[in-house]
Amino acid sequence: MKTSSRNRLIALAAVLVAGGALAFIAFGNIGQNLVYYWSPAEMLSKGESAYGTTIRLGGMVQRGSLQWDAQHTHLSFRVAEGPKEGATSVLVSSTEVPPQMFREGIGVVVEGTYDRSGVFTSHRLMVNHSNEYRPPKGGEKHEDWKKTVSESDTTTARKP
Amino acid sequence: MNSILGYSAVLGALACAIFGAVVGIGSGMARRESALPWVRRAAIGFFAFMLLANLVMVYALLSHDFSVQYVAHVGSRATPTVYTVVSLWSALEGSILFWGIILGTYVLAFALSQKDEHARYLSLALGAMLGVGVFFAFLIAGPANPFGKVSPVPPDGPGPNPLLQNHILMVIHPPMLYLGYVGMTVPFGISVAALLRGELGEAWTTTLRRWTLIPWALLTVGIILGAWWAYAVLGWGGYWAWDPVENASFLPWLTATAFIHSTMVHERRKVLKLWTLSLVLGTFLLTILGTFMTRSGVFNSVHSFTQSDIGPTFLVFIGLLLIFSIALLATRGQLLVPEGAIRSPLSRETAILVNNLLFVGITFTVLLGTLFPLVTEAVRGVRVSVGEPYFNKMAVPGGVVVLFLMGVGPVLPWGSGSPRVLRQQLIVPVVVGLGVIGLCLAFGLRGALPILTFGLAGFVTAITLRELLLPAKVRILEHREAPWTALVRSASKSRRRFGGYVVHLGIVLIFVAVAASSSFVTHTSGTVGLGQSIQIGDNSLKFVGFQNGAEPHRRWQAANLEVTSNGGSPRLMAPRMNFFERSTDPIGTPAVRSTPTGDLYVSLLAFSEEEKTATFNLWIFPMVGWIWWSIPILVLGALIAIWPGRRPKVALSAAVSGVATANLAKVKRGAA
Repeated sequence: MKTSSRNRLIALAAVLVAGGALAFIAFGNIGQNLVYYWSPAEMLSKGESAYGTTIRLGGMVQRGSLQWDAQHTHLSFRVAEGPKEGATSVLVSSTEVPPQMFREGIGVVVEGTYDRSGVFTSHRLMVNHSNEYRPPKGGEKHEDWKKTVSESDTTTARKP
Repeated sequence: MNSILGYSAVLGALACAIFGAVVGIGSGMARRESALPWVRRAAIGFFAFMLLANLVMVYALLSHDFSVQYVAHVGSRATPTVYTVVSLWSALEGSILFWGIILGTYVLAFALSQKDEHARYLSLALGAMLGVGVFFAFLIAGPANPFGKVSPVPPDGPGPNPLLQNHILMVIHPPMLYLGYVGMTVPFGISVAALLRGELGEAWTTTLRRWTLIPWALLTVGIILGAWWAYAVLGWGGYWAWDPVENASFLPWLTATAFIHSTMVHERRKVLKLWTLSLVLGTFLLTILGTFMTRSGVFNSVHSFTQSDIGPTFLVFIGLLLIFSIALLATRGQLLVPEGAIRSPLSRETAILVNNLLFVGITFTVLLGTLFPLVTEAVRGVRVSVGEPYFNKMAVPGGVVVLFLMGVGPVLPWGSGSPRVLRQQLIVPVVVGLGVIGLCLAFGLRGALPILTFGLAGFVTAITLRELLLPAKVRILEHREAPWTALVRSASKSRRRFGGYVVHLGIVLIFVAVAASSSFVTHTSGTVGLGQSIQIGDNSLKFVGFQNGAEPHRRWQAANLEVTSNGGSPRLMAPRMNFFERSTDPIGTPAVRSTPTGDLYVSLLAFSEEEKTATFNLWIFPMVGWIWWSIPILVLGALIAIWPGRRPKVALSAAVSGVATANLAKVKRGAA
């Protein structure tokens, strides 16, 4: 075998090994950093296997569940499957300041972890943006723009 | 009227593209050179029809012709004129149309800039480019037709997406990115021609390199402007989040950068031919994949404004391209015989080879992380997303090694280097690097990764500056030239090298800015009442009241903050929230006070006029501005490298005598 072709074989083997190692690390790493996107019912149905992993919980802020602590720094609310009264819901606790749009009845996505205590600890709170446009309703005033939030469940804003 | 005229123009462009692609590739394969003028005419026709279609659309937008579907979709009488023109690329259909005119311009520029010397090559290359044109013209004519008729004609439209109307950067960021993206069609065409012909000569290597550098530079600027836009508009306090859309622009950049380096090895050593061409084909595929990802709405991303049905068309095109590229490489690859070999591990070519493997490795991991959610959702029906830590864990070490190679590569000579000389050359840069690390530690900075980055940055800068200035120094000493003259002359003697190192300096600056701003960031948030203050770093921000106003297309509410830094005189910062007519969500405009050492970044999260309170998110990002301020350096470097050398002038003067021309043409054809 000529030196050049042997060198080429060695180089090829080295590249294959390096590529394999890279793929192995990448796949392992991806497994650790997956964020699951679940609704409250989906998450609860996973039982204990939902504990500890990073989850994006999507749903609706249940009416009447919003509570601030005395210093106005700590927020808790329930994320429900849908707008109905007895829908499956999960208690969420957040220390993050919610954005302007946040209020009861709005679609939210909270990112965080769930554990045995039954409380979802959120470290990121995103309001479900609706980038769809709608025709102006008759008699709508300028001031109303601030308050009207579409409750349709559309795409999630990636960047809160 | 506009609808019919615009749609006819699109059909005309489609006809030109089909004609040019068939005739170009057909005659090229049949080794006939006589058809070239017809391929050229097809390219000119494609450009002219695309230009007409775009002009009709802009006219329809400006004249508020709501009978045209796209205008009814994004137009509005309240939108300022600038943003009305911009809305050409603010939504799916318009942006594909805009894509068409850019492609037309590139193909035209390429067709006119090339001489007739390589007729076969040229018709193959133009044929391949017009083949891409067929796809886009078909998209505009069919699945993404912006010229549909609307009846009854609505009196007014909703206006473009507010996110796009909110900042002037949106006027320049997408065209830049498109110019970079679409421009990769030209190197793709050149590579396809080279593979079909089974030859890649010197003249075409130069053409290939220059026509890759142009879109590469534009893509680089586009990516940085996009990061800047995210930072200045979205108000979440960052510029890069490994969002699928950001990745889509980053992936072709990685492979194009790898190409720019590997082509040097190819030119010097006559090896890596197939690899270099594969990188070009891969880059083009990634730009089409990127367009698919950003435009089909498969990702829930801030950029995927519309859901559309162009997805399947795109998937078919990507599949065809993939099969075509692999088949081409497999059947034609063996014709590109390496004429040399890489002899020593201590050489520039080895460093570049390692750089290439790294870039491709990073491309692979980013691509994997980007596509993984799509695959799991399609296969298992589980919705997941890949978190930022994945990308950071893979890309940060890769980036650090790339930075290291940027220093080591230029020191290594072509061929084989001697370890003794190498050691000598490395002493000063290593001392500089260690000095930077020492300084960082002395100033109390902690954290292995950022300090390692700063140290390496010092190391690379020392080497790069030496490489840049050494030829000038020799000229000053030997020819007694003035410093500036010496620098300009040494630069114009080897533009590529000089320009490349200038770009390296800009990239080092970005590395430093990214490391500093992400490692030493300070963040706080809080709700304050009127007259109360928030502290961050050395700054005290006192909330002094609300202010609001109206513009034709939006109303805004600002919270005024009096900022006092280190006991200096107070200055005003006013982060705002904008309310666009007929859009449901408010969009913020963060207030940023930018200095060379760092930015103070304040965004208004929420407010209550009744309770007189406002909630702010505050950040201090050290050095972050240098990421965008590096653009002039990168552009300067790229321009120096792209600027044509003296060679065309020689050809021009030779053209005076007919015999010389004929000889030259013969020589060149032999080389190509």
